[in-house]
Amino acid sequence: MLLIHCPFCKNRNETEFVYGGPVGANRPDPNLVSDEEWVDYLTMVPNPMGPVYERWWHARGCDQWFIICRDTVTHEILENPSEEP
Amino acid sequence: MSTRISKAGRLLDRNKRLSFTFNGRNLFGFQGDTLASALLANDQVLVGRSFKYHRPRGFVSSGVDEPNALMSLGHGGNFEPNRSATTVELVDGIEAVSQNHLGSLDWDLGFINNFFAKIFPAGFYYKTFMKPRFAWKHLFEPIIRNAAGLGRAPSLPDEAAYDYFYAHVDILVIGAGMAGLLATYELAKSGLKVTLVEQKHYLGGYALSDDFEVDGVAVPKWLENIEKKLIDSDNVQIKKNFTAIGVHDHGYLIGCENLEVAEKMGRSSIRHRLWRLRTKQIVLATGAIERPLIFAGNDIPGVMLSSAALDFYKLYGVSPGDRTVVVTNNDSAYLTAINLYNAGLSVPVVIDVREESSGDLFESLRSMGIRIEYGKGIASVLGKKRVKAVELCSLTGEGSVQETIECDSVIMSGGWSSAVHLWSHCGGRLIWNDQLDTFLPDASKSPIDENGEDFIAVVGAASGSFWPSEVVQNVKQIVQKIQKKFKTSKVKSSSISIQEIKYGDSNSKYFTPEGASEKLKSKCFVDFQNDVKLSDLRLATQEGYESVEHLKRYTTLGMATDQGKLSNINGLKYLADFLGREINEVGTTTFRPPYTPISLGSIAGEARKGLFKPVRKTTLHLWHEANGASWEPVGDWRRPYAYLKKNETIEQAVSREVTNTRNALGILDASTLGKIIVSGPDAANFLDLMYTNMISTLQVGRCRYGLMCNENGFLFDDGVVVRLAEETFLCHTTTGGADRVYSWMEEWHQTEWWNKRVFIQNVTEQFTQITIAGPKSRLLLEELGGLDVSRVSLKPLDYLEGELAKIKARVFRISFSGELSFEIAVPSQFGLEFWEKCLETGSQFGISPYGTEALHVMRAEKGFIMIGDETDGTVIPQDLNLGWAVSKKKKDFIGKRAQERIFMNDPNRKTLVGLSLQNSSEKIPDGASVIIGGVDQANDNVIGHVTSTYFSPTLDKPIAMALLKDGKNLLGRSIEIPVDSEKILKAIVSEPKFYDAEGNRQND
Ligand SMILES: [Zn+2]
Repeated sequence: MLLIHCPFCKNRNETEFVYGGPVGANRPDPNLVSDEEWVDYLTMVPNPMGPVYERWWHARGCDQWFIICRDTVTHEILENPSEEP
Repeated sequence: MSTRISKAGRLLDRNKRLSFTFNGRNLFGFQGDTLASALLANDQVLVGRSFKYHRPRGFVSSGVDEPNALMSLGHGGNFEPNRSATTVELVDGIEAVSQNHLGSLDWDLGFINNFFAKIFPAGFYYKTFMKPRFAWKHLFEPIIRNAAGLGRAPSLPDEAAYDYFYAHVDILVIGAGMAGLLATYELAKSGLKVTLVEQKHYLGGYALSDDFEVDGVAVPKWLENIEKKLIDSDNVQIKKNFTAIGVHDHGYLIGCENLEVAEKMGRSSIRHRLWRLRTKQIVLATGAIERPLIFAGNDIPGVMLSSAALDFYKLYGVSPGDRTVVVTNNDSAYLTAINLYNAGLSVPVVIDVREESSGDLFESLRSMGIRIEYGKGIASVLGKKRVKAVELCSLTGEGSVQETIECDSVIMSGGWSSAVHLWSHCGGRLIWNDQLDTFLPDASKSPIDENGEDFIAVVGAASGSFWPSEVVQNVKQIVQKIQKKFKTSKVKSSSISIQEIKYGDSNSKYFTPEGASEKLKSKCFVDFQNDVKLSDLRLATQEGYESVEHLKRYTTLGMATDQGKLSNINGLKYLADFLGREINEVGTTTFRPPYTPISLGSIAGEARKGLFKPVRKTTLHLWHEANGASWEPVGDWRRPYAYLKKNETIEQAVSREVTNTRNALGILDASTLGKIIVSGPDAANFLDLMYTNMISTLQVGRCRYGLMCNENGFLFDDGVVVRLAEETFLCHTTTGGADRVYSWMEEWHQTEWWNKRVFIQNVTEQFTQITIAGPKSRLLLEELGGLDVSRVSLKPLDYLEGELAKIKARVFRISFSGELSFEIAVPSQFGLEFWEKCLETGSQFGISPYGTEALHVMRAEKGFIMIGDETDGTVIPQDLNLGWAVSKKKKDFIGKRAQERIFMNDPNRKTLVGLSLQNSSEKIPDGASVIIGGVDQANDNVIGHVTSTYFSPTLDKPIAMALLKDGKNLLGRSIEIPVDSEKILKAIVSEPKFYDAEGNRQND
């Protein structure tokens, strides 16, 4: 049960959040990419051991999305989002 | 025999006699007893049967590590199987029944003797799953089904109540033995807020049975003094009967508080309470668990751990037997021997696998004249349902018997394992300590919290500090560390003087004799509950199961309800010996929560019956209920499937509702449809990205049917979008999709298009939405009055706002039935009033409510798709002939790029068609495969499947929709639908529009 720091609600239990996956590549302009590039964008998601930037959604709270940096091995939260939205 | 002794029994209140039953027999105990100690006091040594062989079993331990004494308690709605008698505090009226036997406990028909035991070797399950195939079904499965399982499942719903507590705790100390009590005391002194939890119903742990002195008083008295001081401190909370079940990330702890004694006394309405604690610091003072020694017959009732015998004697005044043989590899069994001897019981011999010992206990034994045999072991214990004698042998050699010594109990000690389970739950590493003969927490690899700091400290025997003076030192260090972490002012720790008893060195031998023959090994039990013997470990390792994780699963070692608390280390030692490696190299299995079994009731808490998954109800729910609704679950809602009249079947009701709507007037509760308001200067632009259609061209006051796809191009929701104002849109979603669509929009807005100025609001429950459908629907609206709903003013897909029947309303001219139809949204508080006005006014037009099935039949007759029927997460709008709703002009929308991929335009993709049966009125099975060219083995002829199927009362024939490969080119062709091996239905492929294809009725 991770303790996650929401920039709006402070420390809350993991069960209030929905995991949004690691931060992937930026959405490319769909008019400028090949089929393969588009499929790569959709499916090639980083999955590292160690620190990773990931998206969380405070679904049962303030409804806001934010990014934290978490070590996937130790669960240490290395970076919290800044409090200014 | 095992009996009550008058001079000991620290926990007993002998003035309070309690009665209970065991297998129907009336027995007595005292307040303070556990069920186990009370049974032993009544000489009930045989208490259960083992899992696999149904061997007679007695108590091995006095605590949570007990593998054998599992019992069923209570009856009816209070029946509870698989409770360990050693952890049940005795109260008046307990009904206990032993388990796992066919027939009586004494004469178990399921008992498997040594001959048959050979057909259940290590890896039995794996081997029998393999071959021969027929043997599984006809021979093994019936036997296993009969033999498997411990207690029976309850037959009635649990009558007890359970709940959850949530709390934040600064420092949580787990375990109230000497270390835990002292740590709590010292931490509290520096002003910190401490919660101390203890799984037993008393504080003190094993120290309460010990004989050393602290500060000039006997240790139990000293512990009592500390307890009193703690009770008086404002910053200390003590919870007995509280087991820490699991330690989770970032200092989160699950604990189970057992309130069943309070419940039985009428002081609590709750039986078990599950605690969820967020702690800043955990102090593990979980102590250690004594290990058995392994020798032939070590599972015969009457063989128990020396610590258990000492507990039973000191705390409950119960003797293990009249003549007790001791077998040990360390001095702790000496302490038990001395106590039993001093109680006037006979200790014929202490068998010690060591070459020698020294120390205070050794001196005492010698001065008492107790016979000690060094360098010896037990060849075999004699007896079946009770120990009769032991056969003494040399430690080395194969176990030839030197002497048979009569006795009625055997106490054993194979050393101590630190209770490190909770340390490893959350990733803490363990390291084997050869000298102490146990795994210890590796402080350099400890679990860390969200800030990367250690949050677990370990004290006392759990950290390898086994001796009282070590405990004092160890607690001092840990307390200082924690004071520093919490930045409290330094408080000098108490000076404590221990009059310690000096122990001799232990050794690490774990089975006797060293050269035990195969025959002896097949009686040497390592895991008591699961009947895993040395011979099984030997076989498994020989067959190549050399990884501890494999060994465990192959032999079921440590997989019983005690989770290997007694057996794991002995099993590892055997594996290490066999492989000629160190234990650290062999490794250990991962400890996982729960530390001890907890009731399913405590996990469920109050989430039972209506609270298990609360039902969402529309404002009209009660009306539906009172008017014959047959319910259908849709998402979290209940919707009326149909309204049943007297003597009507569901089919008849649906048919009546469809016909009435088509011919006169129907009314439907459509409130569950999702309603999302998107507003702001960029709302139109934003919705252009959300929907496949062009939304920005929609005019104020107009509606448009819109589709939503994901980035893979697949359709996932649909609904009508209404432009309420220049910058305000109302987006309808499917019933199940409201929350999903809302969060979908939020996610895209927040994470991708955050610069768009929009505000998204889910107003699903703010409106009651009612569909008025049928040729007379306009007449009803006119009669209700207040709005001009004429053909000219309210054209198809128009929207009006105003008052209808004096209630504020939005009217949308949209149709999902194919009839002239209006959807009317009114504020929820007026929902029922409006609904009833419609029914009252509509009675002259023959109004009748219809349910979801009539709705579905009518939409299928029209060929309208249903998300979840015609879509399955792999369907793009073009597959459903909805290409017209996918904009070609927009530069971007979610799903656009994916739909442009080459294979999305493959003509072989499945497309939506209609099916009409030839020469049959039978309903086509939902989901059935559709074939062309007859059934073939390879399924090459399968061209698709049925997505929706109904009997159409309007057309008086079955209709269906299907997704078929290259469907457009199959129009008019005959296809087959195999129903079973005999029956194949034949159908003709058509356009998926069965009724009023031109749309004249809805556009009237
Ligand atoms: Zn929040």
